[in-house]
Parts: sequence; structure tokens; C-alpha cells
Amino acid sequence: MNRRGFIKAAGLSAFALIGGAAPFDEALAGIAPGRYGRNEKALRAKRWGMVVKTREFRRPEDYAFLADVCRKEHNVPRIDGPQNVKWLWHDTFARVFPDAVNDYPDERTRSSVFPLLCNHCDNPPCVRVCPTGATYKTEDGIVAIDYHRCIGCRFCMAGCPYGARSFNFKDPRLFLPDPPPNPAFPTRMIGVVEKCNFCAERLAVGRMPACVEASDGRILFGDLEDPESGPRRALAANYSIRRKPSLGTRPGVYYII
Amino acid sequence: MYNARPVLAGIAIVAVLFSAPFWVGRLGRDYKDAGIVPPKDEKNCIEDTELMRSRHMQLLNEWRDEALRGENRSYTAADGRIWTVSLQNTCLSCHANYREFCERCHEASSVYPYCWTCHVIPVEIKK
Amino acid sequence: MLEKLLSGPKTYYLWLLFLLCLIAGSGLVYLQQLREGLSLTGMSRDVSWGLYISQFTYFVGVAASAVMLVLPTYFHHYKKFRRMIIFGEFMAVAAVVMCALFIVVDLGQPQRMLNVMLHPAPSSVMFYDMLVLTGYLALNVVIGWTTLEAERLETEPPRWIKPLVYLSILWAFSIHTVTAFLYAGIPGRHYWLTAIMAARFLSSAFCSGPALLLLLLFLVRRLTGFDPGREAVKTLTTIIVYAMCVNVFFYLLELFTAFYSGIPGHSEPIALLFAGHGGHWVSRWMWAAAAMALLSLALLLPPSLREHRAILPAALALLVAATWIDKGLGLLIGGFTPNMFEEITLYTPTGSEITIALGVCAVGALVLSLLWKMALGVKKESRDFAG
Repeated sequence: MNRRGFIKAAGLSAFALIGGAAPFDEALAGIAPGRYGRNEKALRAKRWGMVVKTREFRRPEDYAFLADVCRKEHNVPRIDGPQNVKWLWHDTFARVFPDAVNDYPDERTRSSVFPLLCNHCDNPPCVRVCPTGATYKTEDGIVAIDYHRCIGCRFCMAGCPYGARSFNFKDPRLFLPDPPPNPAFPTRMIGVVEKCNFCAERLAVGRMPACVEASDGRILFGDLEDPESGPRRALAANYSIRRKPSLGTRPGVYYII
Repeated sequence: MYNARPVLAGIAIVAVLFSAPFWVGRLGRDYKDAGIVPPKDEKNCIEDTELMRSRHMQLLNEWRDEALRGENRSYTAADGRIWTVSLQNTCLSCHANYREFCERCHEASSVYPYCWTCHVIPVEIKK
Repeated sequence: MLEKLLSGPKTYYLWLLFLLCLIAGSGLVYLQQLREGLSLTGMSRDVSWGLYISQFTYFVGVAASAVMLVLPTYFHHYKKFRRMIIFGEFMAVAAVVMCALFIVVDLGQPQRMLNVMLHPAPSSVMFYDMLVLTGYLALNVVIGWTTLEAERLETEPPRWIKPLVYLSILWAFSIHTVTAFLYAGIPGRHYWLTAIMAARFLSSAFCSGPALLLLLLFLVRRLTGFDPGREAVKTLTTIIVYAMCVNVFFYLLELFTAFYSGIPGHSEPIALLFAGHGGHWVSRWMWAAAAMALLSLALLLPPSLREHRAILPAALALLVAATWIDKGLGLLIGGFTPNMFEEITLYTPTGSEITIALGVCAVGALVLSLLWKMALGVKKESRDFAG
């Protein structure tokens, strides 16, 4: 081998080493000798879903109160301006349901506001477009984010038709008290995308989502595949709509109008 | 090859210098030199101490994936004890002494994990 | 061949020094962005992609456009392009390097970017974009280097290069198609959800890329005396004219569907881009783009005008500017405004954002300068230089 050939071969093998060695980290899984399972108290469902009885909400403050509960529960920072972070918020009918706008809406539709949050779609575009699997759908229909894996490319924000996702343009800890409101729940870090998680951490210990608990029965939460569940019974008895149904995402959040 | 001897000698010197940290690290130092203070009330971590010492970071990664992706938030250890899969609420409730345990050893080992940019360090020992 | 980089006139070194200073300066701004996050940019919750991703998109097009030289040469044995084909390939290399950097500077957590490979997600178009871009970079480096070396040794390139060249032709179409799929497969972004997106991307790339190449080659001709060849320029200009006509035609097709159907989702983003509810600055740019596109066509369509030594560069510059505004600004702003609530959030890139983007362009210019310097050095020796 001449010198040139040697250098070429050395370069190629160095490249192969760097490129090839990396994925083996995954193969090291199975470290712990114990067993994993669900908590005994964990609430279970085939497909979690939410029904908002919007007629029972009177004023924007009713939703603002729930949003505050959510912020405290999940250490969601309050940031002013267009680079803000929101998990649960509210807006007018025309903005929540832009497909269903009526030229002459009734008084209540015109004057009411409606809550917005991640729809935890059956067919979520955000999961489809995420290049790292940082956003994924769990067995029971929750669209979740692994903040450890998110690279902050924001493809999911372009992909989400509901504007449910927020990017941490700034360090969220700068906008939270120290310690954060809920010391049992992590904050996020700069440069990752976050959103509502249907309170997966609460369901795991047998508690309903924070907003549902605080809503005094005005928001129902349960298994959409169980005809006897609270949400299903409410849907059977009332006219309800979902946001942007024509897009085929099949949201898990229903609004009784 | 031209000048084979000096070239080989040079390669050897570079190899030794490059790997020096590994050799120096092996010269009779271990985790105790960091002066960590283990939790007082507990004798055992969730699993064997040796495993926890050498592979807690990989175990935590496994916990993360099991809890977040598999929704398996309960861990039954080899000795039958049951733990909630949570760095913040299980590990740190016992290892509440972040400065004298986690940080001291991480600094001595020159590793700077950024768990704490999100996971909240228990408040009483923060200062 | 690297020795060709080491000798050059003073202006060559000054140019490199200038680029390095620019890179260092914008590197400092990037460090600040690493510390303070993307809050330095004009992006927001509603307009979550901005200048970085739009420049990425534009330069994927520039990279793909090398195929407009390679395809006639290898599929149609059009010999006249042989002298300048290497410049197209090397421009593709520089463009792909810029694309990669534009993605990196856009990431919120760049130190995790290898997650795309560690945890590959075959359902994501970005995964394929990563694959096709790295593949295209490798193809052009190998092909460019090998053919240039053969030219230096005054031999024919090795036979194994031919299949790679054919592959690179198909590959060029794939990189821009996949980049279009990043946008065209997203439900709910009206401006992007159109089957013609990939075709529009390709047509705009195949006029703007070669136009940029010709402009740069004219500059090189003035600086070094290298002549790409009169006939070659003429043919490439014809290709540019056809591609630009198709590009404008495709845009008009969009306008027809949007406005004749009357569906607000289709028409609103375009109306917003051009009529700027609430005085969005981008409307002035979009009208300028439309005017420049038509003017460039007016100058390029009549052969007597486009063969004129002074008019051609001006027309090409107009074309590049028009296509850049369409794809490098309008595409992203039109996609994100109105937002998912049919509201308008203004996006204006900040100074830091523009500086970082310029820094990436400077890296591209540096790569291009070095590669072209090498190519010019080889050409000079092989006496295949002045027309």
C-alpha cells in the first residue's frame, strides 16, 4: 500500500468507526435486574379522551382558572409576547373552530370563549413528522414528548394543525419561581418543544388530570372506547364537535356546544 | 516507509499522551476520593451498590424510557422492593444531598450531566 | 490537487481573510444564540420556522441545480458543458454544506442532532432529507474530485464514476422532491398543502441555480480569464429560460386553484403575501419578486437580448432575486401566516438571525472559493482555460 492509499484507508476506517460505534448505546438496555410494570393505582384506558361541556362555562375566567391550575401542576412558565408557552388556554369560537364559522352566530357562540389544548389525536401529524421519535403516541392514546430526546427542530410545530405546541425560545426557569410551583414535576429546558400531556404522570398514580379535577365535572375525562365511560355517555346525549375534523387527525378532545 | 523509526516512536508517544488520562485515572484513585456523603438512613440503593455506582446513568436512561414510552412507572427491584420510576421523586427523595453526593462525584469524574436543567433538586439541601 | 489552494494573487488571500472574519463574527453571534436560545430570532410560537429553514430550502435547490449541467452532458452527450460541469458540482457541494449548517443553526438543541441517526424515524420526511442530502454531498465530492483529478492527469475519468454520475442525476431530483415533501405533506398549512410543491421547487431550482452559477462564472471570467464557453452559456441560458417559464406557470396554476375555487384556506395565504393585511413588509417584497420575475423573462425570452453581454447578467440577477424572494421568504411566511387560528402573527428576521444566516453563507462561499480555486488551477494547467 502506498502512502496515499494508506491515508485514504485510515480516513475511511476512522469515519466508519465514528459512524458505526454510535448506535450500540441502545443495545445496552436491560440494565436493571428488576421488573417494570404499571402502578397498582394507575388509571387505565384503551384510549383516553376528553369532553368539555362548554355550556356550563360562563366566563373566560373559568378557563383561565383551569389554565392556572395546569401551569402550576406542570411548571409551565408565564412568558409575555409571541415566544410564549401554553398548554391550556382559551380563545373565541372563530379561532378555536375556524372551519365552523357562521356569518350570524347565536349570542352565546359569539360571546363565549372555548378552551384549547393538545387534542391527543388518533392520527397525530406531529408524531408522523418528528425525526427522532421524541414525540410519540402511548398505548392508551396520549401524544407525549420525551424532552430528553427532542432536538428542537420544530417540525412538529409546523405539523400540528391545532397550534398546541410551544417551543422554549428562552430558558423556562428564568420565568418560574425557585423552586418551581410543583417540585414533584420537572421543568423543561431551553430549546425543546412542549405541550399538554393529558397529565400522564397523574393518571399513573390514579388521579384525574389537573384541569379535569379542578373543573367540578364540567370537563369529563375517560376511556373513549368504553361506551359506559363518562365522556362516551355525555357524547351519546349531546351534540358535540371536534376541531378541524376534515384533516383526518381524529382528535381526542370533544366540545359539547 | 521513510524514517520508520522516528515516525513509529512519534506515534507511540502520541498514543501514550493521548491515553494518559486513562492510565492516570487507574493509579489508585476511586470514587471514595471524591468525598461523597451517602444517604445516612438507607443501607442499599434500589439495586446492588456496585451496579448503581458504575451504571446508574444507564439505569436512569432505562427508567426514563420505561416510564415515558412504556408507561411503566413502577419498578420491582431484585430484592422485591417496589419503587416508583422517577429520578426526581424517588432517587432524589433519598439522595437529597445533591451537593455532597451527585455533584461532588460528577465533578471529581469531570462529567457534567444536565439532568438538573429540568429535574428539580430538592429545596432543603440546595444551598 | 490541494497545492492549488496555496498560490494565488493577493486578492485571493484577502477574499479568504474577509470570509474568515465574517465567519468568526457571525460565529460569535451564534455562540450568543447557543446561550440565549432562539429567542434571539424573530421566530415565535406561530411562526416557528424562519429565515434559517427558508435558506435551507433555497440552497437545496441550488445544490440540485447542478443536474442541469450533468444531465445534458451524460444523457445527451452535450460536450460543451464539459468545461464548466465541475463548477456546478462544486457549487452543489458548497450548497449542501450550507444546507446542513442552516439546519444546525435552527435547532434548539444542536448537541443532540445525531438523535436523527441514533433514533431514526422512517415516518419523518426529515429523516429522508438527511439521507438524501448526505448522499448527494458524498456523490458530488467523489464525482467532482475524481473527474477533476483525471483532468489534471489528462486521462479519462475511471469507468466506475459513470454509474455514480447517473445516480447523482436521479439523486438531484430526489433531494429537492424530499425537501418539498417536508412542506407538502403537512395537514393544515394551506399554502404548503399542494401536490405541485415538489414540481414548483424543482422548476424554481433549475432556473435559479444555473442562473447563480452563470453569474458567479461571469465574475470568475472577469477575475481570472476563465471562459465557460460561449455556446455553453447560450445553452444553459436557454435551459434557465425554459425552467423559469415553467416556474412562473406553476405559480399561476396555484393562483388559479386558490382564487377560482374561492376556498379561503387556499386563497388567504396568497392574498396575505401580496396584499399584506395590516401592512406586512413581505408584500412589498412579493410584488417586487413578481415584477422582477416578469422583467427577467422579458429580457431572457428574446434571443437577441439574452445573448447580449451586459443584459444577460442583469436578467439573471433579477431572476435569482425573484426566485429567492418566492422560496427564501414567501414560502415560509405564507405557510405560517395566517396561523392555525386563522390569525396573523408578523415575522421579521432579527439582526442576529440575519448575521448568523450571513455567516452560513460565508462558510458556503469559503467552501466554494477553495473548491473553485482548485478547479481553476487544474484548468489553467490543462490549457482548457480561456475561450
